[in-house]
Amino acid sequence: MNIDLVMCSEVKSISGDPGNFEVSLVNHPRYIDPVKCTGCGECARHCPVTAVNQYNMKLDDRRATYIEYAQAVPLAFGIDTDTCIGCGLCENMCIAKAIKYDDAERESTLKVGSVILSVGSRGFDPSGLDYLGYGKYTNVVTSEEFERILSASGPYFGHLMRPLDREEPKSIAWLQCVGSRDANRCGNGYCSSVCCMYAVKESMIAKEHVHGELDCVVFNMDMRTFGKDYEKYYLRARDKEGVRFIKARVHSIIEVPETGDLIIQYADEAGKMKEEVFSMVVLSVGLQVQPDAAELAQRLDIKLNKYHFVDSDPFAPVATSQPGIYTCGVLQGPKDIPGSVTEASAAACLAGAELAEARGTDIPKVEIPKEMDVTDQDPRIGVFVCNCGINIGGVVDVPGVKAYAETLPNVVYTDENLFTCSQDTQDKIKEKIIEHNLNRVVVASCSPKTHEAMFMETLEACGLNKYLFEMANIRNQDSWIHSKEPEVATKKAKDLVRMAVARAATLRTLHEKVVPINKQALVIGGGVAGMNAALSLGNQGFNTVLLEKETELGGFSRKLHHTIEGADVQAYLKTLVDDVSGHDKIEVLTGARIVGFEGFKGNFATEVALDGVDKKRKIDHGVFIVATGAGEYQPKEFLYGEDDRVLTQVALSDRLEEKGADGLDSVVMIQCVGSRNDEHVECSRICCQNAVKNALHIKKLNPETQVYVLYRDIRTYGLLEDYFTEAREQGVIFIRFDEDAPPDVRSASEGMLVTVKDHILQQNVEIRADLVTLSAGMRAEDTDEMSQIMKLNRNPEGYFIEAHVKLRPVDMPSDGVFLCGTAHGPKLITEAISQAQAAASRATTFLAKDAIKLSAITAKVDVDHCVKCLTCVRSCPFGVPEFNINEKVIEINEAICHGCGVCASICPRQTIHLSFYDDDQIMCKIDALLEAEGT
Amino acid sequence: MRLDYPANIKIVRLPCTGKIDVIHLLRAFQKGADGVYVVGCLEGTCHYNEGNFRARERVEHVRMLLEEIGLEGDRVRMYNLSSGEGPTFAAYAKEMTDHIRSLGPNPIKNSTKA
Repeated sequence: MNIDLVMCSEVKSISGDPGNFEVSLVNHPRYIDPVKCTGCGECARHCPVTAVNQYNMKLDDRRATYIEYAQAVPLAFGIDTDTCIGCGLCENMCIAKAIKYDDAERESTLKVGSVILSVGSRGFDPSGLDYLGYGKYTNVVTSEEFERILSASGPYFGHLMRPLDREEPKSIAWLQCVGSRDANRCGNGYCSSVCCMYAVKESMIAKEHVHGELDCVVFNMDMRTFGKDYEKYYLRARDKEGVRFIKARVHSIIEVPETGDLIIQYADEAGKMKEEVFSMVVLSVGLQVQPDAAELAQRLDIKLNKYHFVDSDPFAPVATSQPGIYTCGVLQGPKDIPGSVTEASAAACLAGAELAEARGTDIPKVEIPKEMDVTDQDPRIGVFVCNCGINIGGVVDVPGVKAYAETLPNVVYTDENLFTCSQDTQDKIKEKIIEHNLNRVVVASCSPKTHEAMFMETLEACGLNKYLFEMANIRNQDSWIHSKEPEVATKKAKDLVRMAVARAATLRTLHEKVVPINKQALVIGGGVAGMNAALSLGNQGFNTVLLEKETELGGFSRKLHHTIEGADVQAYLKTLVDDVSGHDKIEVLTGARIVGFEGFKGNFATEVALDGVDKKRKIDHGVFIVATGAGEYQPKEFLYGEDDRVLTQVALSDRLEEKGADGLDSVVMIQCVGSRNDEHVECSRICCQNAVKNALHIKKLNPETQVYVLYRDIRTYGLLEDYFTEAREQGVIFIRFDEDAPPDVRSASEGMLVTVKDHILQQNVEIRADLVTLSAGMRAEDTDEMSQIMKLNRNPEGYFIEAHVKLRPVDMPSDGVFLCGTAHGPKLITEAISQAQAAASRATTFLAKDAIKLSAITAKVDVDHCVKCLTCVRSCPFGVPEFNINEKVIEINEAICHGCGVCASICPRQTIHLSFYDDDQIMCKIDALLEAEGT
Repeated sequence: MRLDYPANIKIVRLPCTGKIDVIHLLRAFQKGADGVYVVGCLEGTCHYNEGNFRARERVEHVRMLLEEIGLEGDRVRMYNLSSGEGPTFAAYAKEMTDHIRSLGPNPIKNSTKA
């Protein structure tokens, strides 16, 4: 309701100032009115023109009248005028009269307060890299094409086949870094950040899809599985699924003309030339900002870097050089879905903060009439059967179904409509509800997934409780799939309508409980993430309490000096602490420890003990954000703590700040200390760039110092890759070691002696070093006590778990609880900042409302018959049912019940009921279906 | 996708397969259904964490009960797929229908009618 989609449009220019922009748009013609189009697809079915399907990466065809994919929003068709022959068939077929051949390009303007630029990227086009044979050899495909091949809605319906002969491949090779990490051939020096993970994913899915054995090989320079839980995924592919990972950049691909197989030539790590034959080759193409996106950014005077990503400040990741214009996603820099979703929320946070004063003023208000009381009435059911143009009516005998519905018990009114979802039919339904005193409504049309909410609103709008509604899906489940058997389809439609009518009679009025929202927020943890979250909330106009367990704000970042880009962390921290401390909406409590917690979304109460204060402080809040942070692992390896010439990266940067690099002839850095091992499987994400940062710092201070980085995979993802390149140019020596043969470190009077097996020389190398620096991984803060008190879930590494890795990366599973910073997993300051802004943005969606409506579909306990066996308490996946010791009853708090019904079906006494899905409401459908079977 | 699958399949919607009760499945057989199957999310991807595992247990339980009363236990089945797998849904619908056809009608149907 708050989002207007303006489709098929381009931004020409933006004028004005933050808070008051005027955006000039060019609206391209679509030739089909998306408001009138019902998405039925008749136009496409009758279109005689075959066009190349761009969505399936040109691997199959579509019509000239088309929709890109089944889940497209809005679900409306368009005409591709490059291929349309103007025959007029679609216009003749369209019952909704949505076709507009005379649609023309228009110009329009929008008035907005803030702008977010999220124009994204495309996959790199490898046509120019002749040695890969793309475009020449049919069985060499890009990873984007391979995604479509694997997809159930793709060109081969999810059957894994190679394009040349549609044979199932026996072996597939993935070539990493095509269009990434390659300044020579394509100018893209950056790492695209996502290709290693998607190659691992594609190889695993490919293995699932084949009928026999499939050999999968990923040719890579470094495997960069640096995200949360990504390392485990990589190891599963390697160790359990048998995907092979070979360290090599492929030299050339040659096709075997007789078979279409592909010969891959590469040099192994020892420099020996090897050759392998594959059925198919997938090029893991990188992300690249498209020229038109770059032009748009330049038109808006937004500063871009040399790769055309937005040139952003490490401490203001989603801001652009133009005030009031923000960015997110791959335009900001290469990143994966969780990162993009996070940044999207962060950008929304900043865009919204600027307009906080005007919040809610532009939202249309809906008046809902008083609800009619139907509790004591006998069911009076109205059945509306939809033709859906000819989607249903063309197959199912709709008048017959309508007539049949009239004969069903409790049905007092029936009607058939051309499009039941159209506005005029909605008005008609309202009219009929009142005219015939209908107290239950059945719509026989399409899927409740897309239309139930809309029809429920229609009921509400004329005073009927919205839960007195049922749908029979006679389109998706009937006319569409039995289109060749109209009689069968009509019979099934009658069955479905009978089931729906039976259920409608059992429906009861349900009310969504409305709970007020406490407008105060609590942020736990006063590091960079917590402070940013608090500041963002404060700027949105919400009172925020910021808790910090130490006596000072700042967290781990107090130990840091510069980011790899050279930005001064301490100067930033000072500004941030000043901003937070001086903010009139933010209250900072240091020396704070959480001792008590209760409540649910919108209404939490947290009890806090403060250092030196006897009385505990109770804080009421509507939401809270967890930002408890992480620290540096204290190594047990490599003589750390025994010889003071062995230190961590953090200590090294302290030393470089204090004493410079004087007296250092040689420094050895060892990567993955306390990461990627049996004890701690995950990658710590930040250590590679940390090593590169300190190596470059040493080289800057003293170019004569020899720096060796002993690593397993260098994971300088995204734009960090440039620094890795620079380090090599500066003479930093990178030596890869195997996880099974870690370096050996010994103390000697002349220095530390480090032995490592060099892969290229295939023998041990001994390096004398003045300092050995351990890239110690990250460790989550100890949050045992707090997570127990607040009932928050953590993973085995102690990091808090988000609600959904990709879709809800800063939400926690419980509503009203959000997560940011290194409490979520290892990350850079820049990433922690955007995550904090994202968490604040998500929290704002709660705080902006005065009250929330809880779902009415929740479990309720019949306490009179409950025997308190606690089965529900043990079974609920969310720990919702609780035994109230004082009242001696089981309580299910409807504010936190997810409505899955597990407790209801497991209760041995059947004393728990899930409203809307009560036993009688399910059983009556079964009965209705089977009663008339065979008749 | 409009994929063809047999018309004898009728769907009863539940919030989660974890809501399925043994009694619901048995009721269908009592009323004469020839076969019943439960379609849940892929294992490990249940929106409510573990509902589909519970459903599987209940399906197994019903299978046992059916066998106890002399019906083929395999008249009840559990399938798992993701919402993006239309073709798999259609394939399972066909597989189940063919399978039930090979078993023949539910004998309860005749005995209750008689």
